[in-house]
Amino acid sequence: MVQLSVNKDAAGRDHPAAPQTLAHLKSGESGVLDRLDLPEDVARRLMELGFLPGHTVVPARSAPGGEPRVYQVDGSEVALRRETALHLILRPPSKDPCTVPQI
Amino acid sequence: MSDCHDCGSCALATAPAPARQTAPPHVVAIIGPPNSGKSTLFNRLTGLRQKVANFPGVTVEQRVGKAKMNGHREVILVDLPGVYSLNPRSEDEQVTRDVLTGHMQDVPKPDAVLLILDSTNLGRHLVLAAPILSLKLPTLVILNMADDLSSRGGKIDTGELASQLGAPVALISASKGNGVEKVFQFMLGTSAGTTSLAPPKMELPILQDVPRCRQWARDVGIGAAYQAPTPPLWTRRLDSVFLHPVIGPLIFLAVVAGVFQTIFRGAKPLMDGLQKLVQLSGHWIGNVLPEGVIRSLLVEGVWNGVGSVIVFLPQILLLFLFIGILEDSGYLARAALIADRTMAKFGLQGKSFIPLLSAYACAVPAIMATRTIESKRDRLATILIAPFMTCSARLPIYFLIIAAFIKERPFLGPFLGTQAAALLGLYALGFLAAIVTARLLKSSILKSERTPFMLEMPPYRMPTLRSLFLRMYDRSKVFLHRAGTVILICAVVLWILAHLPLENGKAPDISNSYAGMIGHTIEPVIKPLGFNWKIGIGLISSIAARETIVATFGTIYGMEGTSDSVGLQQALQKELTPGGAFALLIFFAFAMQCMSTIAVVRRETGGWKWPAIQFAYMTLVAYVCALVTNVAVRSGLFT
Repeated sequence: MVQLSVNKDAAGRDHPAAPQTLAHLKSGESGVLDRLDLPEDVARRLMELGFLPGHTVVPARSAPGGEPRVYQVDGSEVALRRETALHLILRPPSKDPCTVPQI
Repeated sequence: MSDCHDCGSCALATAPAPARQTAPPHVVAIIGPPNSGKSTLFNRLTGLRQKVANFPGVTVEQRVGKAKMNGHREVILVDLPGVYSLNPRSEDEQVTRDVLTGHMQDVPKPDAVLLILDSTNLGRHLVLAAPILSLKLPTLVILNMADDLSSRGGKIDTGELASQLGAPVALISASKGNGVEKVFQFMLGTSAGTTSLAPPKMELPILQDVPRCRQWARDVGIGAAYQAPTPPLWTRRLDSVFLHPVIGPLIFLAVVAGVFQTIFRGAKPLMDGLQKLVQLSGHWIGNVLPEGVIRSLLVEGVWNGVGSVIVFLPQILLLFLFIGILEDSGYLARAALIADRTMAKFGLQGKSFIPLLSAYACAVPAIMATRTIESKRDRLATILIAPFMTCSARLPIYFLIIAAFIKERPFLGPFLGTQAAALLGLYALGFLAAIVTARLLKSSILKSERTPFMLEMPPYRMPTLRSLFLRMYDRSKVFLHRAGTVILICAVVLWILAHLPLENGKAPDISNSYAGMIGHTIEPVIKPLGFNWKIGIGLISSIAARETIVATFGTIYGMEGTSDSVGLQQALQKELTPGGAFALLIFFAFAMQCMSTIAVVRRETGGWKWPAIQFAYMTLVAYVCALVTNVAVRSGLFT
């Protein structure tokens, strides 16, 4: 991925790149979803499965070879291929620690 | 099981319905997200009094049943597809919406709705409540998996939830049957017209906005003191085995091998037994009836034809028993996950795996099993390649030709003889044709759409005998009905063609019959493959079903049935050159000789276009490959 190295926030300042998309999360890490960089109908479907901005996503087990990987999100577990996970953008970890509590 | 808080549903259950005879049936729709236990509840409410059909004009499956109302007014239950929302993006969602709003042709508008949600995942599942409640139909909100919820430490105040939503709420366990009486009470209440809708405390959100709907569901959950259960511990533990990088694939292979072995080995005694039964009863009918046209038609036409289908029933039953166990236990989703990478190489996805595995038994249930694939194009590609897999209907002709033309010699030491190797080779050929076709399709006409693979992993659950039995019952009914009617008609037609026109009041020699004439007519076309007109009749008759070719050879060569297979082998050795024999094997490996498959593809793809393309393509591949085989063997390439 090209955009791995640098990320600009709203003010245009550079951030050192932390894991930016779901695909970059290692096991044991977790991330908060920021936006879905996908066509609307696909994004909708993912949101219905729980991949909503603000939700915490935790990577879990995968198929042999590392993909598709299962993600724990919003009380359920959903498997995605890497090609899809690359388009689920995470919030930079330093900013905005308040995540929506899960009911 | 927690005690009953759902004052809403108790209140409406007080007035039992007066049994009015003139009243039209009361229609109740069941709706819920995937994995909410919708089918379990439907089975629980209807038992065997259900049938499967398609909604008119679309490929979405419709299950309709009658609820066991014990003498009260009849209640028709309509099981709608599992959906997360009513935004009409997929066909499933469109159908669900149309049925609920009364816009579905030939389906009456439901009088009431059962909305079933997974209580262990309420935050996400409640999102569906918003569009359903906004329809203003009398709705019972059913929170399923109550046993899981309490055992994992979750809680909900159902009374408070009912007033938040303005609809009665019932906490049940559909698989164990706890609380199901509340569902019956609701249906009694609504059919007697005693419901009144209370306004919801929480105003419904804007339906188009998923984040807002989710926020609304969260607020409702908080209002009802919902406490989410702890994560399913057993599921995590089992996943660490089934999705283990090394053990996982091994278990996967063991499961696949086990399914295979059971379908073939385990079903064999049952199939042989059925075959015997069909033969014996055929003889019995033959002995009872006087000799003549009727006897000939009944025994040779109807009995042999229908019998050739019935013998496959044990395989179908075992297959659906396995699919049932795999699906109900939750393993199927893991199998699809493990298979996804391999399937992706051929342009398919993990969910195509089970249908393709099923196709080794029979393409008809396999094509029905593609319904789990959401992506239209992946589903179509799977439907189009499934008939290449070596189904069990090919085995009779494979066995016959291999036994007649391949000498049994050790091939790979003592483990594998030449005959078994030939059979294995034919399996490999079918698989190869399937994946090459998949690649071709996905890089050409089925290319454009790119639906990402998303697969929800349900928690592992113990399959219930009840649901396994219902599944087998249901599918075998569909199979027997569909295949039986087609084969019956074809068998009768073939019999008539082989017995007309009458010569001096008697059935003609086969060569002079209509069937013979057809065989002679196509002979020029099939001669390059090494087939004569008699083989031609066999090919024509096998369009109905592959296995009928053996029965047809039996008739043509003047023998009775397939019982005397050594005689048939000798006849074929005279009739066919080795080139022709191998060409016949190859032809059967690739050709779409199956009326039932054509019929089911037409039904599942909603028209004649795809079955026509598929039939033409497979016949062309079969013809060309058989031609090449015949020429190659004749010119001594394989000696």
